[in-house]
Amino acid sequence: MTLPLRTPTAAGMAVRTAIILLIFVVAFTSLLAAAYLWTRPAIEAAAAAEKMKLVSEVLPRELYDNDPLQDSVRLAASMALGLDEASPAYRARRGGKVSALVLEAVAPDGYAGKIRLLLAVAADGTLLGVRVTQHKETPGLGDYIEPRKDKNKERPWIRQFDGLSLAAVSDREWRVKKDNGRFDSVAGATITPRAVIKAVHKALQYVADNREQLFAVSPGEPR
Amino acid sequence: MISREEFRQIRDNGLWQQNTSLVQILGLCPLLAVTTNLVNGVMLSLATIIVMAIANLAVAVLRNLIPHEVRIPVFILIVAALVTVVDLIFNARFHELYRVLGIFIPLIVTNCIVLARVEAFANKNPPLQALVDGVFMGVGMLWTLALLGGLRELIGGGTLFAGIDMVFPALHPLQLLPADYPGFLLAILPPGAFILLGCLIAWKNWVEARAAERKQRTGSHRVPPVAAAGGA
Repeated sequence: MTLPLRTPTAAGMAVRTAIILLIFVVAFTSLLAAAYLWTRPAIEAAAAAEKMKLVSEVLPRELYDNDPLQDSVRLAASMALGLDEASPAYRARRGGKVSALVLEAVAPDGYAGKIRLLLAVAADGTLLGVRVTQHKETPGLGDYIEPRKDKNKERPWIRQFDGLSLAAVSDREWRVKKDNGRFDSVAGATITPRAVIKAVHKALQYVADNREQLFAVSPGEPR
Repeated sequence: MISREEFRQIRDNGLWQQNTSLVQILGLCPLLAVTTNLVNGVMLSLATIIVMAIANLAVAVLRNLIPHEVRIPVFILIVAALVTVVDLIFNARFHELYRVLGIFIPLIVTNCIVLARVEAFANKNPPLQALVDGVFMGVGMLWTLALLGGLRELIGGGTLFAGIDMVFPALHPLQLLPADYPGFLLAILPPGAFILLGCLIAWKNWVEARAAERKQRTGSHRVPPVAAAGGA
């Protein structure tokens, strides 16, 4: 028994095409879903490890004996940090006492948009370190704020912040040398460092203003 | 199967005659954005080679099932799905490399080269040929972007291989021009990319015009110079 071959009608063709298209969509969407579910645990683990690596770059190892990533407080969106949404701050503890805080800040006025920073501040208000986590500054010009792009490998620009505090540096000194401040900058690219310095300064003020709350050992927490 | 002649033709098309960047002038958006240095150009090309090879293969395998009228949406679906899968697998398995290549992989979706090869070649050829075409179109893009990125980096900042330490931590960028070279910002900004790409296209056309002229001349003499020189 053979099926008679007939020329398909326009409607028949449309239905047939639609069904084939649907099959493709379902097949490839399933492929995507499967790939997502299969890779998710590995991606999450890698992202956490990467974050920890970044945190450990600004946070000296001897300052904590906990897992800072597991001990976070949520900071509400605030102008002082340049954040337009809540972000986590991680607490480094030694013997139960909060020894340092790792928080995010954003410099909104970079040469090419926002510059995201990660800062570690010790309990006494000293800056332990600053790192740029995300930026779109001109490659080869403004990107020296990132230590691995900085031509000065011995003392990358961003390390100028290490060990500074509001007590040690007066408000007027939080500027590049060109503006009569204390910070170096690369000639021809001063908008970028200006933005970073301003953001770091404001973040330090934020930490000072909210010190009590940020460094309090929350009641009921283990240790 | 693929004959030697066929392979050679596909290869030469990808590397030179139909070079994506110099002849088809496709995918300029990622090209201009990414080739600020050599390493970035090579990395984007490598990611594109992977995606283009897989996309070409997949479309060639499925080509008889895809209705002609809706082939473009199906191609886009296939390319987008494959790029996302490659992105996820890279992120999960090679996280360090992903941090470097990661921004380039989604850019590939916006790269019309992939869709162009799928439509122009994979849709009409057997899987093996399509795979070879995808790889060599990518390699053609690779050398062009490496050249463009290298030139921009050298003219713009006097270095070569900046950022190589992110891929191979043991290697260091080369400082080719004196360290006090002031840099030439135009080369790094997008207009510089356009100007240099224009120069590369002009160079390719010049090379071809010369080759054509030589061929014509030898044709009239009826003695190819290569054969004549062969005896010496």
